[in-house]
Amino acid sequence: MRTCLILLRRELGSYFVSWTGYVVISVVLFLIGLGFVGLIEALNVEPITNSIVELFFESYNFWLILVLVVPLITMRIFAREKSSGTIETLITTPITDVQIVAAKFLGALAFYAIMWLPLLLCMLIVQYYMPADIETDYGKILSAYLGIILIGILFIAAGCFASVLSKNQISAAIIGLAFAIFLFTLGYLSYSAPFQNGIISEVFAYMNLIEHIKDFARGVIDTRPVVFYISTAALFLNLTLRTVQNHQWR
Amino acid sequence: MDEKPIIETANLTKRFSGRVAIDNISFTVAQGEVVGLLGPNGAGKTTTMRILSCYLMANSGTAKVAGFDVFSQPYEVKRRIGYMPENNPLHKDMRVREYLKFRARLKGLGWRESRKRVDVMVEQCGLSEVSNRIIGHLSKGYQQRVGLADALVHNPELIILDEPTIGLDPNQIRSVRHLIKTLAGKHTILLSTHNLTEVEMTCNRILILAEGKILAADTPDNLQKKISGERQIIAEIMAPISHLREFFESNNLVEDFDVVPIDGGYIRCLITSKDSADLRQAIYEKSVASGWKLRELTRKRYTLEDIFFKITRNEKEEE
Repeated sequence: MRTCLILLRRELGSYFVSWTGYVVISVVLFLIGLGFVGLIEALNVEPITNSIVELFFESYNFWLILVLVVPLITMRIFAREKSSGTIETLITTPITDVQIVAAKFLGALAFYAIMWLPLLLCMLIVQYYMPADIETDYGKILSAYLGIILIGILFIAAGCFASVLSKNQISAAIIGLAFAIFLFTLGYLSYSAPFQNGIISEVFAYMNLIEHIKDFARGVIDTRPVVFYISTAALFLNLTLRTVQNHQWR
Repeated sequence: MDEKPIIETANLTKRFSGRVAIDNISFTVAQGEVVGLLGPNGAGKTTTMRILSCYLMANSGTAKVAGFDVFSQPYEVKRRIGYMPENNPLHKDMRVREYLKFRARLKGLGWRESRKRVDVMVEQCGLSEVSNRIIGHLSKGYQQRVGLADALVHNPELIILDEPTIGLDPNQIRSVRHLIKTLAGKHTILLSTHNLTEVEMTCNRILILAEGKILAADTPDNLQKKISGERQIIAEIMAPISHLREFFESNNLVEDFDVVPIDGGYIRCLITSKDSADLRQAIYEKSVASGWKLRELTRKRYTLEDIFFKITRNEKEEE
Protein backbone atom coordinates (compact mmCIF):
# COMPACT_ATOMS: atom_id res chain seq x y z
CA MET A 1 0.00 0.00 0.00
CA ARG A 2 2.77 2.41 0.93
CA THR A 3 4.76 1.65 -2.21
CA CYS A 4 1.56 2.19 -4.14
CA LEU A 5 1.25 5.69 -2.68
CA ILE A 6 4.88 6.49 -3.45
CA LEU A 7 4.40 5.47 -7.06
CA LEU A 8 1.11 7.37 -7.22
CA ARG A 9 2.82 10.53 -6.00
CA ARG A 10 5.50 10.15 -8.64
CA GLU A 11 2.88 9.55 -11.35
CA LEU A 12 0.91 12.62 -10.39
CA GLY A 13 4.10 14.65 -10.02
CA SER A 14 5.31 13.65 -13.47
CA TYR A 15 2.44 15.63 -15.05
CA PHE A 16 3.80 18.75 -13.45
CA VAL A 17 7.52 18.30 -14.16
CA SER A 18 6.87 18.12 -17.89
CA TRP A 19 4.81 20.38 -20.13
CA THR A 20 1.95 17.89 -20.44
CA GLY A 21 0.18 18.82 -17.23
CA TYR A 22 0.31 22.56 -17.78
CA VAL A 23 -0.71 22.35 -21.43
CA VAL A 24 -3.64 20.07 -20.63
CA ILE A 25 -4.84 22.27 -17.77
CA SER A 26 -4.56 25.41 -19.93
CA VAL A 27 -6.55 23.82 -22.74
CA VAL A 28 -9.22 22.65 -20.29
CA LEU A 29 -9.36 26.04 -18.62
CA PHE A 30 -9.82 27.69 -22.01
CA LEU A 31 -12.61 25.31 -23.04
CA ILE A 32 -14.41 25.66 -19.70
CA GLY A 33 -14.14 29.44 -19.90
CA LEU A 34 -15.43 29.45 -23.45
CA GLY A 35 -18.36 27.27 -22.40
CA PHE A 36 -19.30 29.61 -19.59
CA VAL A 37 -19.05 32.74 -21.68
CA GLY A 38 -21.41 31.12 -24.18
CA LEU A 39 -23.82 30.14 -21.42
CA ILE A 40 -23.90 33.55 -19.84
CA GLU A 41 -24.54 35.19 -23.18
CA ALA A 42 -27.38 32.76 -23.82
CA LEU A 43 -28.82 33.52 -20.41
CA ASN A 44 -28.79 37.23 -21.20
CA VAL A 45 -31.02 36.65 -24.20
CA GLU A 46 -33.77 34.62 -22.61
CA PRO A 47 -34.46 33.11 -19.19
CA ILE A 48 -33.91 29.37 -18.94
CA THR A 49 -35.41 27.10 -16.34
CA ASN A 50 -32.49 24.64 -16.16
CA SER A 51 -29.65 25.27 -13.75
CA ILE A 52 -26.30 26.50 -15.00
CA VAL A 53 -24.69 23.17 -14.15
CA GLU A 54 -27.07 21.26 -16.37
CA LEU A 55 -26.59 23.74 -19.18
CA PHE A 56 -22.83 23.34 -19.10
CA PHE A 57 -23.05 19.57 -19.46
CA GLU A 58 -25.24 19.96 -22.50
CA SER A 59 -22.64 22.13 -24.21
CA TYR A 60 -20.15 20.45 -26.48
CA ASN A 61 -17.21 21.86 -24.49
CA PHE A 62 -17.64 19.33 -21.71
CA TRP A 63 -17.64 16.36 -24.07
CA LEU A 64 -14.79 17.79 -26.10
CA ILE A 65 -12.67 17.86 -22.95
CA LEU A 66 -13.66 14.39 -21.96
CA VAL A 67 -13.14 12.74 -25.31
CA LEU A 68 -10.07 14.67 -26.47
CA VAL A 69 -8.16 15.46 -23.31
CA VAL A 70 -8.41 12.18 -21.42
CA PRO A 71 -6.37 10.27 -24.07
CA LEU A 72 -3.73 13.00 -23.72
CA ILE A 73 -3.58 12.37 -19.98
CA THR A 74 -3.43 8.63 -20.27
CA MET A 75 -1.19 8.23 -23.32
CA ARG A 76 2.03 8.51 -21.36
CA ILE A 77 1.34 6.25 -18.40
CA PHE A 78 2.64 3.01 -19.84
CA ALA A 79 3.82 3.95 -23.32
CA ARG A 80 6.45 6.33 -21.98
CA GLU A 81 7.88 3.81 -19.54
CA LYS A 82 7.96 1.22 -22.26
CA SER A 83 9.73 3.42 -24.78
CA SER A 84 12.32 4.66 -22.28
CA GLY A 85 12.84 1.21 -20.78
CA THR A 86 12.09 2.35 -17.25
CA ILE A 87 9.31 -0.24 -17.12
CA GLU A 88 12.09 -2.76 -16.55
CA THR A 89 13.43 -0.95 -13.50
CA LEU A 90 9.87 -0.52 -12.26
CA ILE A 91 8.87 -4.16 -12.60
CA THR A 92 12.07 -5.40 -10.97
CA THR A 93 11.40 -3.43 -7.78
CA PRO A 94 9.50 -5.26 -5.06
CA ILE A 95 6.09 -4.11 -6.22
CA THR A 96 3.29 -6.22 -7.62
CA ASP A 97 1.72 -5.72 -11.04
CA VAL A 98 -1.59 -4.90 -9.37
CA GLN A 99 0.08 -2.10 -7.43
CA ILE A 100 1.67 -0.74 -10.59
CA VAL A 101 -1.62 -0.63 -12.49
CA ALA A 102 -3.51 0.77 -9.49
CA ALA A 103 -0.95 3.51 -8.84
CA LYS A 104 -0.81 4.55 -12.47
CA PHE A 105 -4.57 4.60 -12.84
CA LEU A 106 -5.10 6.54 -9.61
CA GLY A 107 -2.32 8.97 -10.52
CA ALA A 108 -4.05 9.79 -13.81
CA LEU A 109 -7.40 10.01 -12.05
CA ALA A 110 -5.98 12.40 -9.47
CA PHE A 111 -4.64 14.63 -12.22
CA TYR A 112 -8.03 14.46 -13.93
CA ALA A 113 -9.77 15.50 -10.72
CA ILE A 114 -7.40 18.44 -10.31
CA MET A 115 -7.92 19.39 -13.94
CA TRP A 116 -11.67 19.84 -13.34
CA LEU A 117 -11.32 22.05 -10.27
CA PRO A 118 -11.56 25.28 -12.30
CA LEU A 119 -15.06 24.19 -13.31
CA LEU A 120 -16.15 24.29 -9.67
CA LEU A 121 -14.69 27.76 -9.40
CA CYS A 122 -16.58 28.90 -12.51
CA MET A 123 -19.81 27.53 -11.09
CA LEU A 124 -19.26 29.30 -7.79
CA ILE A 125 -18.55 32.59 -9.58
CA VAL A 126 -21.77 32.29 -11.55
CA GLN A 127 -23.71 31.45 -8.42
CA TYR A 128 -22.18 34.46 -6.69
CA TYR A 129 -23.56 36.88 -9.27
CA MET A 130 -27.00 35.34 -9.23
CA PRO A 131 -29.88 37.22 -7.69
CA ALA A 132 -29.93 36.75 -3.93
CA ASP A 133 -33.36 35.16 -3.89
CA ILE A 134 -32.13 32.13 -5.87
CA GLU A 135 -30.68 29.64 -3.47
CA THR A 136 -27.37 28.11 -4.42
CA ASP A 137 -27.63 24.34 -4.64
CA TYR A 138 -24.20 23.06 -3.62
CA GLY A 139 -25.55 19.51 -3.63
CA LYS A 140 -26.11 19.70 -7.37
CA ILE A 141 -22.61 21.03 -7.96
CA LEU A 142 -21.10 18.25 -5.87
CA SER A 143 -23.17 15.58 -7.54
CA ALA A 144 -22.12 16.92 -10.94
CA TYR A 145 -18.47 16.81 -9.89
CA LEU A 146 -18.97 13.25 -8.64
CA GLY A 147 -20.46 12.41 -12.04
CA ILE A 148 -17.42 13.88 -13.75
CA ILE A 149 -15.12 11.75 -11.60
CA LEU A 150 -17.17 8.59 -12.22
CA ILE A 151 -17.21 9.10 -15.95
CA GLY A 152 -13.49 9.88 -15.72
CA ILE A 153 -12.89 6.51 -14.05
CA LEU A 154 -14.33 4.85 -17.12
CA PHE A 155 -12.44 6.96 -19.67
CA ILE A 156 -9.13 6.80 -17.82
CA ALA A 157 -9.35 3.02 -17.41
CA ALA A 158 -9.91 2.77 -21.17
CA GLY A 159 -6.97 5.13 -21.72
CA CYS A 160 -4.75 3.02 -19.44
CA PHE A 161 -5.48 0.00 -21.57
CA ALA A 162 -4.76 1.97 -24.74
CA SER A 163 -1.43 3.08 -23.30
CA VAL A 164 -0.32 -0.39 -22.27
CA LEU A 165 -0.98 -1.64 -25.80
CA SER A 166 1.57 0.60 -27.39
CA LYS A 167 5.20 1.56 -27.03
CA ASN A 168 4.63 4.89 -28.70
CA GLN A 169 2.84 7.73 -26.95
CA ILE A 170 1.21 9.05 -30.11
CA SER A 171 -0.29 5.71 -31.08
CA ALA A 172 -1.36 5.25 -27.45
CA ALA A 173 -3.19 8.58 -27.71
CA ILE A 174 -4.84 7.55 -30.97
CA ILE A 175 -5.98 4.18 -29.59
CA GLY A 176 -7.22 5.99 -26.47
CA LEU A 177 -9.12 8.47 -28.61
CA ALA A 178 -10.75 5.61 -30.50
CA PHE A 179 -11.84 4.04 -27.21
CA ALA A 180 -13.18 7.37 -25.93
CA ILE A 181 -15.16 8.06 -29.11
CA PHE A 182 -16.51 4.53 -29.03
CA LEU A 183 -17.69 4.88 -25.43
CA PHE A 184 -19.18 8.29 -26.15
CA THR A 185 -21.12 7.19 -29.23
CA LEU A 186 -22.34 3.94 -27.67
CA GLY A 187 -25.35 5.68 -26.14
CA TYR A 188 -26.31 7.24 -29.48
CA LEU A 189 -26.98 3.77 -30.86
CA SER A 190 -30.23 3.75 -28.86
CA TYR A 191 -31.46 6.65 -31.03
CA SER A 192 -30.55 5.00 -34.31
CA ALA A 193 -33.11 3.30 -36.50
CA PRO A 194 -32.63 -0.46 -36.05
CA PHE A 195 -32.60 -0.20 -32.28
CA GLN A 196 -35.56 2.13 -31.79
CA ASN A 197 -37.39 -0.15 -29.43
CA GLY A 198 -37.10 -3.43 -27.62
CA ILE A 199 -34.42 -4.70 -25.29
CA ILE A 200 -31.47 -3.64 -27.47
CA SER A 201 -32.56 -0.06 -27.34
CA GLU A 202 -32.86 -0.27 -23.59
CA VAL A 203 -29.38 -1.77 -23.26
CA PHE A 204 -27.87 1.05 -25.27
CA ALA A 205 -29.91 3.59 -23.34
CA TYR A 206 -28.18 2.36 -20.18
CA MET A 207 -24.89 3.29 -21.79
CA ASN A 208 -25.98 6.77 -22.77
CA LEU A 209 -23.36 8.92 -21.09
CA ILE A 210 -25.11 12.18 -21.96
CA GLU A 211 -28.29 11.18 -20.16
CA HIS A 212 -26.25 9.97 -17.21
CA ILE A 213 -24.42 13.22 -16.75
CA LYS A 214 -27.67 15.18 -17.05
CA ASP A 215 -28.99 13.14 -14.14
CA PHE A 216 -25.89 13.90 -12.11
CA ALA A 217 -26.26 17.60 -12.87
CA ARG A 218 -29.85 17.45 -11.59
CA GLY A 219 -28.50 15.97 -8.40
CA VAL A 220 -29.75 12.48 -9.15
CA ILE A 221 -27.23 9.75 -8.40
CA ASP A 222 -28.62 6.68 -10.09
CA THR A 223 -26.82 3.44 -9.23
CA ARG A 224 -27.20 1.99 -12.73
CA PRO A 225 -24.70 4.29 -14.47
CA VAL A 226 -22.41 4.03 -11.44
CA VAL A 227 -22.40 0.24 -11.79
CA PHE A 228 -21.87 0.60 -15.54
CA TYR A 229 -18.85 2.91 -15.12
CA ILE A 230 -17.22 0.94 -12.35
CA SER A 231 -17.69 -2.45 -13.97
CA THR A 232 -16.52 -1.31 -17.42
CA ALA A 233 -13.54 0.44 -15.83
CA ALA A 234 -12.77 -2.75 -13.91
CA LEU A 235 -12.85 -4.66 -17.18
CA PHE A 236 -10.38 -2.26 -18.82
CA LEU A 237 -8.09 -2.26 -15.79
CA ASN A 238 -8.15 -6.02 -15.69
CA LEU A 239 -7.16 -6.13 -19.35
CA THR A 240 -4.37 -3.66 -18.55
CA LEU A 241 -3.16 -5.86 -15.72
CA ARG A 242 -3.18 -8.93 -17.94
CA THR A 243 -1.15 -7.11 -20.56
CA VAL A 244 1.39 -5.99 -17.96
CA GLN A 245 1.69 -9.52 -16.63
CA ASN A 246 1.96 -10.87 -20.13
CA HIS A 247 5.29 -9.13 -20.75
CA GLN A 248 6.99 -11.86 -18.75
CA TRP A 249 6.07 -14.47 -21.31
CA ARG A 250 7.11 -12.70 -24.45
CA MET B 1 32.36 -18.86 1.04
CA ASP B 2 30.76 -22.11 2.12
CA GLU B 3 27.43 -20.41 2.80
CA LYS B 4 24.38 -21.10 0.69
CA PRO B 5 24.78 -20.04 -2.93
CA ILE B 6 23.17 -16.71 -3.77
CA ILE B 7 22.22 -17.73 -7.30
CA GLU B 8 21.24 -21.25 -8.19
CA THR B 9 19.86 -22.10 -11.59
CA ALA B 10 19.08 -25.52 -12.95
CA ASN B 11 18.26 -26.41 -16.55
CA LEU B 12 16.98 -22.93 -17.29
CA THR B 13 15.53 -22.63 -20.77
CA LYS B 14 13.87 -19.67 -22.44
CA ARG B 15 12.43 -19.59 -25.90
CA PHE B 16 11.21 -16.55 -27.80
CA SER B 17 8.67 -17.55 -30.42
CA GLY B 18 10.60 -20.56 -31.61
CA ARG B 19 14.11 -19.17 -31.11
CA VAL B 20 15.98 -20.55 -28.13
CA ALA B 21 17.50 -17.67 -26.19
CA ILE B 22 19.02 -19.71 -23.40
CA ASP B 23 19.31 -23.45 -23.49
CA ASN B 24 19.46 -25.59 -20.36
CA ILE B 25 21.64 -23.30 -18.31
CA SER B 26 22.76 -24.42 -14.85
CA PHE B 27 25.14 -22.49 -12.67
CA THR B 28 25.61 -21.31 -9.12
CA VAL B 29 27.12 -18.18 -7.71
CA ALA B 30 28.41 -18.18 -4.15
CA GLN B 31 28.09 -15.28 -1.75
CA GLY B 32 30.67 -12.56 -2.29
CA GLU B 33 31.67 -13.64 -5.77
CA VAL B 34 32.03 -11.27 -8.68
CA VAL B 35 30.90 -13.23 -11.70
CA GLY B 36 31.11 -12.06 -15.26
CA LEU B 37 28.76 -13.26 -17.95
CA LEU B 38 30.70 -13.07 -21.12
CA GLY B 39 29.51 -13.65 -24.61
CA PRO B 40 28.85 -12.17 -28.00
CA ASN B 41 25.64 -10.26 -28.68
CA GLY B 42 22.61 -12.52 -28.66
CA ALA B 43 24.31 -15.12 -26.47
CA GLY B 44 21.58 -14.93 -23.84
CA LYS B 45 23.28 -12.73 -21.25
CA THR B 46 20.45 -10.22 -20.95
CA THR B 47 17.82 -12.96 -20.97
CA THR B 48 19.57 -14.77 -18.11
CA MET B 49 19.74 -11.57 -16.10
CA ARG B 50 16.14 -10.69 -16.81
CA ILE B 51 15.01 -14.08 -15.57
CA LEU B 52 17.05 -13.71 -12.39
CA SER B 53 15.57 -10.27 -11.77
CA CYS B 54 12.01 -11.58 -12.26
CA TYR B 55 11.42 -9.57 -15.42
CA LEU B 56 10.99 -12.63 -17.62
CA MET B 57 9.66 -16.10 -16.99
CA ALA B 58 11.63 -19.10 -18.15
CA ASN B 59 9.99 -21.86 -20.15
CA SER B 60 11.51 -24.56 -18.01
CA GLY B 61 14.03 -25.04 -15.25
CA THR B 62 14.40 -23.39 -11.88
CA ALA B 63 16.21 -20.32 -10.63
CA LYS B 64 16.74 -19.32 -7.03
CA VAL B 65 18.13 -16.13 -5.60
CA ALA B 66 19.22 -16.26 -1.97
CA GLY B 67 17.15 -19.40 -1.58
CA PHE B 68 13.94 -17.87 -2.96
CA ASP B 69 12.38 -19.11 -6.14
CA VAL B 70 12.38 -16.49 -8.88
CA PHE B 71 9.03 -17.63 -10.28
CA SER B 72 7.00 -18.31 -7.17
CA GLN B 73 8.51 -15.78 -4.72
CA PRO B 74 9.33 -12.79 -6.90
CA TYR B 75 8.67 -10.28 -4.13
CA GLU B 76 11.33 -11.79 -1.86
CA VAL B 77 13.76 -12.03 -4.76
CA LYS B 78 13.21 -8.47 -5.93
CA ARG B 79 13.88 -7.13 -2.45
CA ARG B 80 17.28 -8.78 -2.45
CA ILE B 81 18.57 -7.72 -5.84
CA GLY B 82 19.72 -4.49 -7.33
CA TYR B 83 19.31 -4.64 -11.07
CA MET B 84 20.63 -2.24 -13.65
CA PRO B 85 19.19 -3.08 -17.06
CA GLU B 86 20.97 -2.71 -20.35
CA ASN B 87 21.25 0.91 -21.54
CA ASN B 88 20.46 2.07 -18.02
CA PRO B 89 16.93 3.46 -18.31
CA LEU B 90 16.26 6.37 -15.94
CA HIS B 91 13.50 8.88 -15.39
CA LYS B 92 15.34 11.66 -17.17
CA ASP B 93 12.97 14.38 -16.01
CA MET B 94 13.83 13.88 -12.34
CA ARG B 95 16.68 15.26 -10.29
CA VAL B 96 19.38 12.86 -9.10
CA ARG B 97 18.61 12.95 -5.40
CA GLU B 98 14.87 13.01 -6.00
CA TYR B 99 15.10 9.99 -8.29
CA LEU B 100 17.26 7.99 -5.90
CA LYS B 101 14.94 8.78 -3.03
CA PHE B 102 11.91 7.76 -5.08
CA ARG B 103 13.61 4.49 -5.99
CA ALA B 104 14.70 3.83 -2.42
CA ARG B 105 11.16 4.36 -1.17
CA LEU B 106 9.78 2.17 -3.94
CA LYS B 107 12.16 -0.56 -2.85
CA GLY B 108 10.64 -0.48 0.59
CA LEU B 109 12.97 1.76 2.56
CA GLY B 110 11.44 4.03 5.15
CA TRP B 111 11.48 7.80 4.86
CA ARG B 112 14.40 8.38 7.22
CA GLU B 113 16.31 5.34 6.05
CA SER B 114 15.96 6.22 2.38
CA ARG B 115 17.33 9.68 3.07
CA LYS B 116 20.33 8.20 4.84
CA ARG B 117 20.99 5.64 2.11
CA VAL B 118 20.67 8.21 -0.66
CA ASP B 119 23.28 10.35 1.08
CA VAL B 120 25.58 7.35 1.29
CA MET B 121 25.04 6.46 -2.37
CA VAL B 122 25.57 10.01 -3.58
CA GLU B 123 28.85 10.02 -1.70
CA GLN B 124 29.92 6.52 -2.76
CA CYS B 125 29.08 6.95 -6.44
CA GLY B 126 30.65 10.39 -6.68
CA LEU B 127 27.42 12.19 -7.40
CA SER B 128 27.64 14.97 -4.82
CA GLU B 129 28.39 17.66 -7.43
CA VAL B 130 25.37 16.78 -9.53
CA SER B 131 22.93 15.60 -6.87
CA ASN B 132 20.47 18.42 -7.57
CA ARG B 133 20.68 18.39 -11.34
CA ILE B 134 18.18 16.89 -13.75
CA ILE B 135 19.28 13.43 -14.82
CA GLY B 136 18.60 14.07 -18.50
CA HIS B 137 21.14 16.92 -18.48
CA LEU B 138 23.99 14.81 -17.11
CA SER B 139 26.76 13.15 -19.10
CA LYS B 140 26.48 9.46 -19.84
CA GLY B 141 29.12 8.62 -17.26
CA TYR B 142 27.18 10.38 -14.53
CA GLN B 143 23.94 8.77 -15.68
CA GLN B 144 25.62 5.40 -15.41
CA ARG B 145 26.60 6.21 -11.84
CA VAL B 146 23.03 7.21 -11.09
CA GLY B 147 21.95 3.80 -12.44
CA LEU B 148 24.51 2.08 -10.23
CA ALA B 149 23.45 4.13 -7.21
CA ASP B 150 19.86 3.09 -7.93
CA ALA B 151 20.84 -0.59 -8.08
CA LEU B 152 22.67 -0.24 -4.76
CA VAL B 153 20.42 2.07 -2.83
CA HIS B 154 18.56 -0.61 -0.87
CA ASN B 155 21.81 -2.40 -0.04
CA PRO B 156 20.92 -5.60 -1.91
CA GLU B 157 22.59 -8.94 -1.42
CA LEU B 158 23.01 -9.43 -5.14
CA ILE B 159 23.76 -6.82 -7.76
CA ILE B 160 22.97 -7.58 -11.39
CA LEU B 161 24.54 -5.23 -13.90
CA ASP B 162 23.80 -5.62 -17.58
CA GLU B 163 26.65 -4.14 -19.59
CA PRO B 164 27.53 -1.45 -17.06
CA THR B 165 30.23 0.20 -19.15
CA ILE B 166 28.67 0.15 -22.60
CA GLY B 167 28.80 3.42 -24.50
CA LEU B 168 31.16 5.16 -22.09
CA ASP B 169 34.48 6.80 -22.89
CA PRO B 170 37.68 5.21 -21.51
CA ASN B 171 37.87 7.51 -18.49
CA GLN B 172 34.27 6.88 -17.59
CA ILE B 173 34.78 3.13 -18.06
CA ARG B 174 37.69 3.27 -15.66
CA SER B 175 35.72 5.10 -13.01
CA VAL B 176 32.73 2.76 -13.31
CA ARG B 177 35.04 -0.25 -13.08
CA HIS B 178 36.68 1.24 -10.06
CA LEU B 179 33.27 1.68 -8.49
CA ILE B 180 32.39 -1.96 -9.19
CA LYS B 181 35.67 -3.06 -7.64
CA THR B 182 34.95 -1.16 -4.46
CA LEU B 183 31.64 -3.01 -4.24
CA ALA B 184 33.23 -6.42 -4.58
CA GLY B 185 33.60 -8.07 -1.21
CA LYS B 186 30.60 -6.28 0.23
CA HIS B 187 28.14 -7.57 -2.35
CA THR B 188 27.76 -10.44 -4.74
CA ILE B 189 27.89 -9.12 -8.27
CA LEU B 190 26.77 -10.63 -11.55
CA LEU B 191 27.72 -8.50 -14.50
CA SER B 192 27.54 -9.03 -18.21
CA THR B 193 29.79 -7.65 -20.85
CA HIS B 194 31.34 -8.48 -24.14
CA ASN B 195 34.50 -6.72 -23.14
CA LEU B 196 37.08 -9.31 -22.13
CA THR B 197 39.46 -6.99 -20.35
CA GLU B 198 36.61 -5.91 -18.17
CA VAL B 199 35.89 -9.35 -16.75
CA GLU B 200 39.57 -10.02 -16.41
CA MET B 201 39.92 -6.88 -14.31
CA THR B 202 36.80 -7.04 -12.20
CA CYS B 203 35.60 -10.62 -11.92
CA ASN B 204 36.84 -13.59 -9.99
CA ARG B 205 34.81 -16.02 -12.06
CA ILE B 206 33.72 -16.05 -15.66
CA LEU B 207 30.82 -17.76 -17.35
CA ILE B 208 31.22 -17.84 -21.08
CA LEU B 209 27.92 -17.94 -22.92
CA ALA B 210 27.35 -18.44 -26.60
CA GLU B 211 24.12 -19.22 -28.39
CA GLY B 212 22.33 -19.82 -25.12
CA LYS B 213 24.75 -22.33 -23.66
CA ILE B 214 27.43 -22.08 -21.03
CA LEU B 215 30.67 -23.01 -22.74
CA ALA B 216 33.00 -22.52 -19.82
CA ALA B 217 32.79 -21.47 -16.20
CA ASP B 218 35.92 -20.84 -14.21
CA THR B 219 38.25 -18.24 -12.80
CA PRO B 220 40.18 -16.20 -15.36
CA ASP B 221 43.38 -17.98 -14.23
CA ASN B 222 41.96 -21.46 -14.53
CA LEU B 223 40.54 -20.67 -17.92
CA GLN B 224 44.02 -19.65 -18.94
CA LYS B 225 45.33 -22.96 -17.69
CA LYS B 226 42.60 -24.94 -19.36
CA ILE B 227 43.22 -23.45 -22.72
CA SER B 228 46.96 -23.05 -22.70
CA GLY B 229 47.34 -25.83 -20.16
CA GLU B 230 50.68 -24.46 -18.96
CA ARG B 231 52.01 -26.43 -21.84
CA GLN B 232 53.87 -23.79 -23.69
CA ILE B 233 56.95 -22.25 -22.20
CA ILE B 234 59.01 -19.45 -23.62
CA ALA B 235 62.67 -19.25 -22.71
CA GLU B 236 65.43 -16.99 -23.97
CA ILE B 237 68.79 -18.58 -23.36
CA MET B 238 72.32 -17.73 -24.49
CA ALA B 239 73.83 -21.10 -25.33
CA PRO B 240 75.11 -23.07 -28.33
CA ILE B 241 72.06 -24.00 -30.33
CA SER B 242 73.12 -27.62 -30.70
CA HIS B 243 73.37 -28.01 -26.93
CA LEU B 244 69.88 -26.70 -26.54
CA ARG B 245 68.54 -29.10 -29.16
CA GLU B 246 70.28 -31.95 -27.45
CA PHE B 247 68.82 -31.00 -24.08
CA PHE B 248 65.25 -30.71 -25.31
CA GLU B 249 65.48 -33.91 -27.34
CA SER B 250 66.82 -35.87 -24.40
CA ASN B 251 64.11 -34.63 -22.00
CA ASN B 252 61.20 -37.02 -22.29
CA LEU B 253 58.70 -34.45 -20.99
CA VAL B 254 59.18 -32.31 -24.06
CA GLU B 255 56.70 -33.00 -26.76
CA ASP B 256 57.82 -30.43 -29.26
CA PHE B 257 60.15 -27.49 -29.38
CA ASP B 258 61.34 -24.71 -31.58
CA VAL B 259 64.57 -22.76 -31.28
CA VAL B 260 65.13 -19.47 -33.05
CA PRO B 261 68.27 -17.35 -32.72
CA ILE B 262 67.45 -13.74 -31.89
CA ASP B 263 69.40 -10.57 -31.15
CA GLY B 264 72.45 -10.50 -28.89
CA GLY B 265 73.28 -14.17 -29.26
CA TYR B 266 70.19 -15.26 -27.37
CA ILE B 267 68.05 -18.09 -28.61
CA ARG B 268 64.32 -18.01 -28.21
CA CYS B 269 62.92 -21.44 -27.35
CA LEU B 270 59.26 -22.31 -27.50
CA ILE B 271 58.73 -25.59 -25.71
CA THR B 272 55.56 -27.63 -25.58
CA SER B 273 55.50 -30.11 -22.74
CA LYS B 274 53.71 -33.40 -22.38
CA ASP B 275 50.82 -33.82 -19.94
CA SER B 276 50.96 -30.19 -18.85
CA ALA B 277 54.23 -30.79 -17.04
CA ASP B 278 55.93 -27.63 -15.84
CA LEU B 279 59.39 -27.60 -17.38
CA ARG B 280 60.45 -24.24 -16.07
CA GLN B 281 62.42 -25.54 -13.13
CA ALA B 282 64.23 -28.16 -15.24
CA ILE B 283 65.23 -25.50 -17.76
CA TYR B 284 66.44 -23.20 -15.03
CA GLU B 285 68.50 -25.90 -13.33
CA LYS B 286 70.00 -27.03 -16.61
CA SER B 287 70.93 -23.46 -17.48
CA VAL B 288 72.64 -22.91 -14.13
CA ALA B 289 74.48 -26.24 -14.34
CA SER B 290 75.68 -25.60 -17.87
CA GLY B 291 76.51 -21.96 -17.28
CA TRP B 292 73.96 -20.72 -19.85
CA LYS B 293 72.64 -17.22 -19.54
CA LEU B 294 68.89 -17.15 -19.06
CA ARG B 295 67.01 -13.90 -19.55
CA GLU B 296 63.42 -15.00 -19.89
CA LEU B 297 61.53 -18.01 -18.69
CA THR B 298 57.78 -17.83 -18.77
CA ARG B 299 54.59 -19.68 -19.52
CA LYS B 300 52.88 -18.50 -22.62
CA ARG B 301 49.78 -16.61 -21.46
CA TYR B 302 46.69 -16.37 -23.54
CA THR B 303 44.61 -13.29 -23.36
CA LEU B 304 40.93 -13.74 -22.78
CA GLU B 305 40.46 -12.80 -26.39
CA ASP B 306 42.33 -15.95 -27.38
CA ILE B 307 40.39 -18.06 -24.91
CA PHE B 308 37.13 -16.74 -26.08
CA PHE B 309 38.02 -17.19 -29.70
CA LYS B 310 39.21 -20.74 -29.09
CA ILE B 311 36.16 -21.79 -27.13
CA THR B 312 33.62 -20.39 -29.51
CA ARG B 313 35.52 -21.77 -32.48
CA ASN B 314 35.78 -25.26 -31.00
CA GLU B 315 32.07 -25.23 -30.42
CA LYS B 316 31.47 -24.40 -34.07
CA GLU B 317 33.81 -27.12 -35.28
CA GLU B 318 32.10 -29.75 -33.16
CA GLU B 319 28.83 -28.93 -34.80
